[in-house]
Amino acid sequence: MKEHDASSEGAPSVAAESAIEHLVEVAVLRSVFPVGTTRRELLRSLGAGAVLSSLSSVFPLGAAKALAVESTGPLEKKELAIGFVPITCATPIIMADPMGFYSREGLKVSLVKTAGWALIRDKLLNREYDASHMLSPMPLAISLGVGSRQDPTYVAAIENINGQAITLHVKHKDKRDPKQWKGMKFAVPFDYSMHNLLLRYYAAEHGLDPDRDIEIRVVPPPEMVANLRAGNIDGYLGPEPFNQRAVYEEVGFIHLLSKEIWDGHPCCAFGVREEFIKQNPNTFAALFRAIARATAFAHKEENRKQIAQAIAPANYLNQPVPVLEQVLTGRFADGLGQIRNVPGRADFDPFPWQSMAVWILTQLKRWGYVKGELDYRQVAEKVFLATEARKRMVDLGMSVPKENYARHTIMGKTFDPQQPEAYLSSFSLSGGADG
Amino acid sequence: MRSAQGPRSVFASLLLLAIVLGFWQLVTFQKKAPLTGDAEYQAMVGAQKSGLPTPLQIAKTSWQHLRHPFHDGGANDKGIGIQLAFSVGRVLLGFALAMLIAIPLGFLVGTSPLLNRALNPYIQLLKPISPLAWMPLALYTIRDSSLSSIFVITICSIWPMLINTAHGVASVKREWLNVARTHEVYGLRLALQVVLPAAAPTILTGMRISMGIAWLVIVAAEMLVGGTGIGTFVWNEWNNLSLSNVVFALLLIGVVGMLLDLAFGSLTRLVSYQE
Repeated sequence: MKEHDASSEGAPSVAAESAIEHLVEVAVLRSVFPVGTTRRELLRSLGAGAVLSSLSSVFPLGAAKALAVESTGPLEKKELAIGFVPITCATPIIMADPMGFYSREGLKVSLVKTAGWALIRDKLLNREYDASHMLSPMPLAISLGVGSRQDPTYVAAIENINGQAITLHVKHKDKRDPKQWKGMKFAVPFDYSMHNLLLRYYAAEHGLDPDRDIEIRVVPPPEMVANLRAGNIDGYLGPEPFNQRAVYEEVGFIHLLSKEIWDGHPCCAFGVREEFIKQNPNTFAALFRAIARATAFAHKEENRKQIAQAIAPANYLNQPVPVLEQVLTGRFADGLGQIRNVPGRADFDPFPWQSMAVWILTQLKRWGYVKGELDYRQVAEKVFLATEARKRMVDLGMSVPKENYARHTIMGKTFDPQQPEAYLSSFSLSGGADG
Repeated sequence: MRSAQGPRSVFASLLLLAIVLGFWQLVTFQKKAPLTGDAEYQAMVGAQKSGLPTPLQIAKTSWQHLRHPFHDGGANDKGIGIQLAFSVGRVLLGFALAMLIAIPLGFLVGTSPLLNRALNPYIQLLKPISPLAWMPLALYTIRDSSLSSIFVITICSIWPMLINTAHGVASVKREWLNVARTHEVYGLRLALQVVLPAAAPTILTGMRISMGIAWLVIVAAEMLVGGTGIGTFVWNEWNNLSLSNVVFALLLIGVVGMLLDLAFGSLTRLVSYQE
């Protein structure tokens, strides 16, 4: 029971539902007794009902049936508007369109290019978008009502991991040690972004106070290269393709990949409001399947060149193909005259680890964006829908981790999600961002 | 006299254009720098820099866009004609709303000195606020980005119209009003048949100023909010650092702005009168 596409359009009748239940039974029977002759003999000698009832005592047949029926129920809403910011992080959301993953689920999705993250937040909360490409800390902040009006918003899936970088202006070629960065101006795409949190973490690990020793300002990703060229900023920790684009324009060089700060860090997320999921459970399930399939497609190295071609036109990223290819294949010019080969420079993995949410919360608290007592796990488990994602990914036959929490290593330091407060107090540098 | 100067000024205009374009071409034309180093590396850092475009490149880009003004390649890739239609539509809608508010209110303010003095501080306070500064508030309260940009157009168009209408109505000659009164013309009839025609040139001047501001503001508003429109087009091409597209859009914005201004100019002439 890998796919349920055929019946995803329209309302299945009672007959269709019982047909699905029967299919599930057959599938379970087949997997328990893979050899046809044995299965048939058993059914003949004991009777199908007896076999099934004895099976259901060891296998949760009811749950499997419910899941299958749930995910093929009628779509509550077929025409959806989904927002995205034109960066490579949005690859799964975009690729699901040309690959036909949305239409396969019976969805008609219009992808709306959006100028920046504040606008993404407002348009999602204004219900102009049904779901949206977001930065993974944004749903946490919105659910907590930080920097936004409070509105429960979830991370249904992570879009991409790694794939960001620190870019510096070419005039700083000899300032490779962050200790020389005092007084420099950096841009990040948004306060509630992994970019901001990783840049702060990186600076602090090198003894720089990100609030006093350097200046961090918010610049929408597409405007970063223009600002770097104009000299308004000295560098940025920004999303791709704008690091590679700075190299392409010979105005900047790639100082460090975000993969080198935290290999496997989450970046962007597929965000949905609670209300949308409650009102449209089947549409949401269909949407999740489309996104998960597109993410799996984007994860495969051999598809990367094709993806670069597909997302380059004006309708999506509006960027030169060679720039996107370097980002997605990991074979790229660093702006210093070297070609680097880093497979996994950008990668795609939908599983929303709740431990990642806890890490984000510790950093939001560390820099004063979130104040006061915080039940890390409760918030993480509410916002990052790891259990639901696992269930649906298993349905699609994808491999999933068994746990919702894992230890992460960031710049050589281990983060234990069970001990967030201890982790937080282990940093000598922390501060009060005007959150 | 006029017939002799006409062709001469046209010739001077064209000459000026030719000089500017020639100078521009000269400054921006760059010979391809000899390639140095690794060929693969060179390919990766882009053989063609997106520097300042030459007039020829802009002409080429313009032709590309003008050839298919209404092509529709999805939600984020629309022809220049469609984008302009969205922008002009928003401006006209916002402008019409502003007219509905500003002209009646201007009449009231112009006819009542008390109201004039009472409202004046608020008008003076609200007038200098940059229309774009309203945008975050509009997005939060109206909860729709397209309506928000129309609201921003409305709010920036109101003030010149309001002030000019009030001024025009207030400065209608006493004698004319007295003549009307002796003919027992009062109320709405007085307003429509005497005051409105008398104040029309001033009101239209206000509308012309408003339209100019509205057209300036819509481009900025669309750059901020995105979606559709000529401002979005500029923003989108700025992202791609494609300056020839940006210059093309600037020219087009200028042309449309000029046409709108000309339209209001001829309207003003239509209602103007000799005393």
